[in-house]
Amino acid sequence: MKNKKLGRLYNDGEIVIKQGEQGDCLYVIQDGKVEIIDESGEKEIRLAELGETEFFGEMGLFEKDVRSCTVRALGDAKIMTIDKRNFYKTIQKDPTLAYRLLEKMSNRLRDTNKKLRNQ
Amino acid sequence: MVYNNSENLVLEDGSNIAVIGGGPAGSFFSYFALEFSERFGLEINVDIIEAKDFNCIGPSGCNHCGGIVSESLIQALSAEGIVLPSNVIHRGIESYTLHLEQGTTVIETPVHEQRIASMFRGSGPRGSTGDDELSFDNYLLDLCREKGANIISGRVIEAENNNDGVILKTKEGTEKKYDLVVGAVGLNLKALQLFKNLSPSFKPPQTTKTHICEFHLGEKIIDEYFGDSMHVFLLDLPNIKFGALIPKGQYVTMVLLGSDINKQIVSAFLNAKPVRDCFPAHMDIESIMPCQCYPTINVQGAKSAFGDRMILIGDSASSKLFKNGIGAAYITAKAAAKTAIFEGVSENDFRKHYQPACSDLDRDNMVGKFIFTVTTIIQKSPLLKKGLLSMVIKEQTKANHKRLMSSMLWDTFTGSAPYTDILKRTLNPMFSINFFGHTLKRIFNGSNNK
Repeated sequence: MKNKKLGRLYNDGEIVIKQGEQGDCLYVIQDGKVEIIDESGEKEIRLAELGETEFFGEMGLFEKDVRSCTVRALGDAKIMTIDKRNFYKTIQKDPTLAYRLLEKMSNRLRDTNKKLRNQ
Repeated sequence: MVYNNSENLVLEDGSNIAVIGGGPAGSFFSYFALEFSERFGLEINVDIIEAKDFNCIGPSGCNHCGGIVSESLIQALSAEGIVLPSNVIHRGIESYTLHLEQGTTVIETPVHEQRIASMFRGSGPRGSTGDDELSFDNYLLDLCREKGANIISGRVIEAENNNDGVILKTKEGTEKKYDLVVGAVGLNLKALQLFKNLSPSFKPPQTTKTHICEFHLGEKIIDEYFGDSMHVFLLDLPNIKFGALIPKGQYVTMVLLGSDINKQIVSAFLNAKPVRDCFPAHMDIESIMPCQCYPTINVQGAKSAFGDRMILIGDSASSKLFKNGIGAAYITAKAAAKTAIFEGVSENDFRKHYQPACSDLDRDNMVGKFIFTVTTIIQKSPLLKKGLLSMVIKEQTKANHKRLMSSMLWDTFTGSAPYTDILKRTLNPMFSINFFGHTLKRIFNGSNNK
């Protein structure tokens, strides 16, 4: 992988966020992939795989709760953080910046509903 | 085009928009106008008319810019789903190296990740091979093309108000009526005159001359001498408020900002010891300079940069003083696109919904002028510079130390934060106490920190 991409480099298997820890930023994948894992049971459950331009950690922007899942790099990945304060300041001036976030959250809700129906 | 009341002109399905200029401002406008209209359920046509071919190597494909995409813009674009590809980024910047006559220090990024990109607006300086590297402006144009914009190669030579639109004529002989004409023409005087003809109350921005040049050093030397750090200079030289050396792939771009930069000023800067020390010893740097130019920059925003069915954005309207011009292009372009799609395209719509974005930038630039005046005073005082250097070194070397001066300099150099925010932070009493404490120490012990 050419590493001119921005963000911080996470090596294969490296934890980006840990379930149960406090967090207050959004992550955007600049290059590579990550996997989202639920570690609340005895066995870890792989919930999703995300790739370039996708984001995660959005709950940390809106809730004061701890991280709901663990995210780790799947292969080498470059990931950029977006600070909560900067994000809110920008959204205050330009609410359209949240369109994509809302759209993605809506997509994820739809996927979850679909999974529940299929269970 | 429909009238929703006596004053407002509103875009409707099938409306045509012309964007004159395919630089970042024009592309951001087109991208967001198409994005918002899609969300809104409106079908519009966007023509981007650009005379330059950004695939060309050298000045003919270049938009004369230092080539930095700021931290705040990178974050905003990421949130928009726009992730710069590897072949557009020539280097990720992770620190700033501050050079004064009194010494040098490195200011690390506060979050320890690369959030600033250096790039070329065109396909690189004269003599570059281009290889698999992409021009930033071309990348943005490609995004617009994917969204459905038509990219038209041409030069607009005439714009004329008509009862229900604006007629544009190009040098190539085409003629078309548009419901909205967007000026993203930078500081091109001829193109700005077209808009003055459309709206006589429009007053173009005030400008000053700067200097940009490229040094062909090769990746190995750049890695060794510059690394992933942008080198900034606060030297006591006439007319120069700020100088920077920006590492890219095979080149280092030099940018000099100030007032009316000319050959003598450039030569004095190049011969200053802190600048020479950045390059390999005995290297004749003027012989490895394939491209240089003296572009103008916007130092005071335009007045009445809009009218019925016409609006100017980016450098043609308001920019950020000395820094982050691409970030200002994003702000003004997006504000214009929001207004055009959701509100209307009359002079009143633009005054009510677009003008505030320009006024914010203009007000912030007033504060910026004050900050640069203070910086100039510091630049001329060896003692204050020693105090500044000492404070930064202490902040950078001690873990958990509050980085008051470092963050202030970081945001001033990167253009990431509004000048008003920077000023507010300097009003923190701890900032002044620390700065004057370090300066007093320099007076008493008279030592140099290097």
